[in-house]
Amino acid sequence: MGEKQLMKGNEAIAEAAIRAGMTCYFGYPITPQNEIPAYMAKHLTIRGGTFIQAESEIAAINMVYGAACTGARAMTSSSSPGISLKQEGISYLVGARLPAVIVNIARGGPGLGNIAPSQADYFQAVKGGGHGDYHMVVYTPETVQEAADLTMKAFDVADEYRNPVLILGDAILGQMMEPLVFKEPSGKKFDKSSWTLGNRKGRKSHLINSLSLTEGVVEQWNWELKKKFDLMAERELMVEEYMVEDADVIFVAYGTTARICRSVVHQTRKQGMKTGLIRPITVWPFPTETIAGHAEKTKHFFVVEMSLGQMIEDVRLAILGNAKIHFHGRPGGGIPAEADILKQLKAILQS
Amino acid sequence: MKKVYERNNIAFDMPSPYCPGCGHGVIHRLVIDAIKEAGQEDNTIFMAPVGCSILAYTYLDLDICQPAHGRTPAAATGIKRALPDSLVVLYQGDGDLAAIGTAEIIHAANRGENITAIFVNNAIYGMTGGQMAPTTLKGQKATTCPFGRSPEDGQGYPIRVCELLQSLGGVTYAARTSVHTAPNVLKTKKAIQTGIENQMEKKGFSIIEILSACPVNWGLSPQKSNEFIANEMIGYFPLGDFKKDGKIIQRSDH
Ligand SMILES: Cc1ncc(C[n+]2csc(CCOP(=O)(O)OP(=O)(O)O)c2C)c(N)n1
Repeated sequence: MGEKQLMKGNEAIAEAAIRAGMTCYFGYPITPQNEIPAYMAKHLTIRGGTFIQAESEIAAINMVYGAACTGARAMTSSSSPGISLKQEGISYLVGARLPAVIVNIARGGPGLGNIAPSQADYFQAVKGGGHGDYHMVVYTPETVQEAADLTMKAFDVADEYRNPVLILGDAILGQMMEPLVFKEPSGKKFDKSSWTLGNRKGRKSHLINSLSLTEGVVEQWNWELKKKFDLMAERELMVEEYMVEDADVIFVAYGTTARICRSVVHQTRKQGMKTGLIRPITVWPFPTETIAGHAEKTKHFFVVEMSLGQMIEDVRLAILGNAKIHFHGRPGGGIPAEADILKQLKAILQS
Repeated sequence: MKKVYERNNIAFDMPSPYCPGCGHGVIHRLVIDAIKEAGQEDNTIFMAPVGCSILAYTYLDLDICQPAHGRTPAAATGIKRALPDSLVVLYQGDGDLAAIGTAEIIHAANRGENITAIFVNNAIYGMTGGQMAPTTLKGQKATTCPFGRSPEDGQGYPIRVCELLQSLGGVTYAARTSVHTAPNVLKTKKAIQTGIENQMEKKGFSIIEILSACPVNWGLSPQKSNEFIANEMIGYFPLGDFKKDGKIIQRSDH
């Protein structure tokens, strides 16, 4: 075990990526994720990797695309408007079956919005964002420690499925400092020699591509991708169930809002109210079954988001009318206050 | 009998996928000959982006990357930085390089990425069926400028890419050639060889802009198309070196 360090979420993500063997980072400045490129510019280059401040987020994601073609572990990070610019590139990564890790330290929107924390990029992250039928695993860390752990894991998952993986945080996760201990990276080795470009030495040529104008070919590729998405959905789900067994009300929240809800659960339990929390750690795949399982017993689900309500749609689909769903949300960089959640919770319990 | 010319086996044994009279086929041949003569066929990564160059995916026996439209220089940057000893050849059309991907080419050139860009200037969007390109000549007709390109009406001026890029510090070599006659084909070959040698000698960014016919979308016969290059294009897009070994060539045509 390494020693305990105090780090910002952004720096922890950057350091974890380097430790996971990421050698190529490309990014463009945008608050609140600027510590990531700055960390890379210093620490990745010293450790022999490549850092480029790209001319745009579009260029950065396409540099990732190129580096990934060679088998290198590649990464980019940005915040909401910049992630919007990367969507075509993300779709291409999926279409060309290339692994990569993308970090979104989200901020208030729409438009230029602000630099405050937000969860309003949920739809973009889990429902596509880019064009075409695709999915990627989306991790939503709650603490700096978890941000580091999931970053390391993200590179393995990306390589395993040859698919991009998204880490979805927000300005609070990126900016807050917390103690953490870096775990050892898994050390898993992935043989990429059957598809990477370069160093050909007599083998047959490789093509990295997402286009075919021959009838039926792209459909076939999509069926193959589906098999992979199904496997990802089956094996990569991560969810935390916290004090849910006897709960009258279960919060559903991820990342920063899960922290807030956890604190509300602590307070209310002390006062004798039976509350619990389901925290999706992956929002794709979504813990549909977990939530559905509790909808048999628990009558109230309370979704808290830093948005006008996006994940609530997936919660609704999980519950299918078997329990009541309540919502508290703050858009545009607003942070839900415990007192407001508590007030609404009391009204629910009295109803 | 002595064999003086034969198939280059980098091209798969199949009919050329390009239209009759199209310059892409000739330029492909020049590029693969230069790659082969440099002994680099096992070390080349060919960037075939979006445009008629998509036909190269199944035509050339090389490691090939298909980047998104215009993002070719960014993807090539990622590849080259990860594999600095590979030979990375970009093969971009004028829509790809000088419209949607203008930012990417300028910045890759300015960083001095050690790559070789083959820029096929056919003054039109070929693959999508003949729309106006950034290099479409004044007065030239296309489906999206049916009355002829008119800068006065807000359709902009044809962009001279070599002239634009030559001032950038990272550019070691910029040349414009053409494939409309045999002597020009030979000069184009030489320029491509220079671009590839520069990369192997780690000299930085090279671009070879090649004037090339698109008879189908120009609505001209192959012969008339070559005359169009000679009589119309070269007057606006003068041939020759614009930068060599990092030095701007002083020219009298501007
Ligand atoms: C983002 C995006 N926009 C538009 C297109 C459609 N498109 C395909 S090829 C092309 C133009 C290609 O023209 P050029 O680069 O000049 O190459 P040519 O076909 O003439 O060789 C366009 C606009 C696309 N594939 N992607």
